Parts: sequence; C-alpha cells; structure tokens
Amino acid sequence: MTPFWATDIGILILSIVKTLALVVPLLIGVAYLTYFERKVMGAIQLRKGPNVVGPFGLWQPFADALKMLMKETIIPTGADKLLFVLAPMITFGLAIIAWAVIPVNNGWGIANINVGVLYLFAISSLGVYGVIIAGWASNSKYAFLGALRSAAQMVSYEVSMGFVIVTVLILAGSLNLNAIVLAQKHLWFAVPLFPLFVIFFISSLAETNRAPFDLAEGESEIVAGFFVEYSAMSFALFFLGEYANMILISGMTTTLFLGGWLSPVPFLPSGVLWFLLKVLICLFVFVWVRATLPRLRYDQLMALGWKVFLPISLVYLVAVAGVMEYAGWLPNA
Amino acid sequence: MIANLAFYLFSFILLASAVMVVTSRNPVHAVLFLILGFVNAAVLFLLAGAEFLAFILAIVYVGAVAVLFLFVVMMLDVDFSALNEGFQRYAPVGALVALIMFAELTFIAGTWVIAPAGGADRLFPTPDNVTNTVALGQLLYTSYLPLFQLSGVILLVAMIGAIVLTHRDRKRSLHQNITAQHARTPAQTLAMVRAPLGEGVALPEKQPEEETL
Repeated sequence: MTPFWATDIGILILSIVKTLALVVPLLIGVAYLTYFERKVMGAIQLRKGPNVVGPFGLWQPFADALKMLMKETIIPTGADKLLFVLAPMITFGLAIIAWAVIPVNNGWGIANINVGVLYLFAISSLGVYGVIIAGWASNSKYAFLGALRSAAQMVSYEVSMGFVIVTVLILAGSLNLNAIVLAQKHLWFAVPLFPLFVIFFISSLAETNRAPFDLAEGESEIVAGFFVEYSAMSFALFFLGEYANMILISGMTTTLFLGGWLSPVPFLPSGVLWFLLKVLICLFVFVWVRATLPRLRYDQLMALGWKVFLPISLVYLVAVAGVMEYAGWLPNA
Repeated sequence: MIANLAFYLFSFILLASAVMVVTSRNPVHAVLFLILGFVNAAVLFLLAGAEFLAFILAIVYVGAVAVLFLFVVMMLDVDFSALNEGFQRYAPVGALVALIMFAELTFIAGTWVIAPAGGADRLFPTPDNVTNTVALGQLLYTSYLPLFQLSGVILLVAMIGAIVLTHRDRKRSLHQNITAQHARTPAQTLAMVRAPLGEGVALPEKQPEEETL
C-alpha cells in the first residue's frame, strides 16, 4: 500500500497546499510592495508617504483594495468585451504562475523541473500578451499606442536578457534553478558577470515597464498607455500584476546572480530569509531608480536595447564560453 | 490516469483552436486562437516528456514570432463587410484547392509505412537517462553541426533580405549623435553673461558642431 502522499489525490492535495503556502505570502507581499514603494519614494522626495490609515499607514494597501472593489467596472463602447476582461487576468496570472519554479530555499520550489530557466523565460515572454490584448481590445488610440510601444520594447529587451541568461547557464552547467543557486556556493555569478548583471537589471526594468522605461504608460504623452480604459478591479489587476512582476524579476535576479538563499556571511546559516532580503534589496533599487531617473525617449530606449546591450551581451557570451572552454572550467565537461 | 486525461483535454483544445483559426471572422481573434494552439502544442510536448522542445516552442513561437504577427494583424484596417462579400466568388476556387489537398493527403496516407522498430523508439524519448536538453545538444552540436550552422546562415540571409527590402535612407529624419553630445564641455555650451539694464545681451555666434548634434 502506497502512502497517501504518493497517490494521485495525495499529490494533488500536496501541490495545492504548497501553492497556497507560496501564493498567500506572495500576494501579501505584492500588497505591501505598493506601500513600500510609496514610503520609499516619500522618503526620497522628503514627504511622509501614506501615514493616515492605521499605524504608520500600514492598512493603506487594504484601503486601496477596498476602494478598487467598490468602484464601477466600465467597459468602453466598441471594446472587445471578452478580451478586455481577459487581458488583466493574463497579466496577473502569468506573474503568479512563474513562481512555481523559483526555489526560495534549497529544494523549496513547488516544481523543481529540469528546465526551470526556460520555463521562467517562456512565462516572462508571454507577459507581453496581456499588454497587447488590453491595448487592442480597449478600442482606444492611446491604449493601442501604449500597447504597440510596450510590445516592441518587451520583445527588444528580451533578446539581450536571453543572452545574459545563456551566459549564466554556461557558468552553472544546468537549466535547473536549484542547481544554478548551488553552483554559486563559492562565488555569486554577479561577480564574474558584473556587466551582464547590470544589463540584466536594466533589461528587467524595461521588461516590467518600470521607470525609466515606462513608455508604455507614459502619462505625460499617452495618458496611461495600454490601461487607460480600465477601471476598478480590472485596473487593480494590472496594477498588482506590475508589482507581482517586479517581485518575480527580483526573485529571478536573486536566483541567477545573487546566490538565491545562500548566505553571504560564512558563519550564518543559509535560508529563506536571505532570499527575502536579497529580493527586498532588488525591489528597493527598482523604487530608487523610479524616484531618481527621468523617462527615456523612445528612440533612446530602442537604441539602448539593440545597439548597446545586445552587442555587449553577445560578445560577453562568446568570451565567457571561450574562457571556460580553454581553461577547462566548464561544469559537466 | 491524470496524464491521459490531460492529453485528451489539451488535444481537444488544440484541435478546437485550430478550427477557430480558420473560421473566426476577426483576424485578431484568429491569431489569438493560433497562439492558444501553439501553447497547447507546447503542453502536448511537455506531456510527451520533451520539456526542452515544449519551452522552446513557447519562447520562440508564442513569445516572439506570434507577437510580431499579432502586431501586424492588429494594424491592418479590416473592412468586415468587404470580407464577407468575396466569399461567394472565391468559394469554388477554395473548394478546388481543398479537394486537391485532400486527394494528395489521401495518396500519402495510403502508402504510409510505419517502421517496424518505430514503436520501440517511442517508448524511450531520451537515450541513456540524460535529460532531453543534453540529448538534443549532443545530437545538434556533433552529428548535425553542418546542418545546424546552415540553417543559421539561411535565417541570417533572410534577415538581411528583410532589412535590405525595408531600409531606405530617410534624409529628413533627425538623428542624435550621442558621442558628440557626451563630448561637449560646459565651456562650449554655457556662457555666463551679466545683462546691463535696458541693453540686453548680444547672441553668441552659432557653434559649427551644433549642426551635427
């Protein structure tokens, strides 16, 4: 007789419990990231940030959520109703399901699959659909312009991001995220690949449509870009999707470059707290960048992606591969 | 059991979305159904144990090719009434093409022979317990290296062709010379002046390199 946890139903229940254990803290994290961002930006701009609702304004995210729920959902005339409603769900859903493979501690990922990196890359490349569909289904020119900009931007930056990831794979010798973290036991990949680490971080700003690459929203030119027609809960889903994507990409950066859950201090134990700390530092930089840098012009953004990042990452990839091969450092060689 | 159910579920969605690609009136919907079809095909690869192919299909086709395709289709200005008008006229030609295709497929299917050892290969999708990423890599970069490189060259040629066809030098477009801008010093761009009351200041002569910026 097999134990209950090895039967079909047992595996199903176990997966659901694991998923809840990850998704519930994640959603709370997303809610508090909005608070974190407003507080940090407030501090940078010598303001107080939210401080009215609850002690230190801690209930602000819930007040915002309630406000969003109470509002009326407006579907514009001439909009493609089904796609209009579907788009925010796609954006938010993709930001959540990508977490299935991220190991928050040794072997703690929900699915420890062989091709974890490819899974992450595939999911993040699907993210553009939420934006395009929203822009097209709204039947509004500003939304459509925002969607076109964002699609071009996300596709462009994905290319150099792909090369950066391939370079990491050469060093790690595995597509499994758990193995990639363990390969950084002695040296974080951010050290030998520092230029690529910077490129990856900047590309991830572009990939999540964050400042200074938030041309998809561009409030000063195209109102709010692809989600100009959205209101109430569907708007909230886009908003939360953006923040969930930020946490996701910070998790990716942590896993690929900053040694995941591994402790940087020799006498302290490794663990999930280190992972959280590193993600938090990445998120702080996201907010810091938003509060300090002005938005790029569209041609500058495209030139940066194709003419600067792509050549650098391509050459670095070839150089790293060459050095590893001739020095005999390739893992599993 | 769950894997079998999943297989039938995803195959059904794949076939249904394939039908919708050809029957939907709105071209954007058709492309979106095509994308749904790609995703389901990727899931079927995954169920067959070919996880590398599955995710590469998702990344390349869904994440890149279909995005650009959707991009183009969305910008088309489609007149739906004109689309319906032509149906009567083109129906006979369409039926003829369909008939020829069907006949060809029938001929092929009639003479199709399945290799006797084929069934055994299917049971072992990856050899010697290596992951299928490793297995594919070992094949591609050893036995099939020339073909692999050749396909890369073909893609490169296609890309150059597309650039040559669409590239034209727009004399009127404004370009930013970033290096020249970075090389400027405050002395070249700034002049502190004290304007006397009622006289104003004389404008400095235009710098020659300002034309190139």
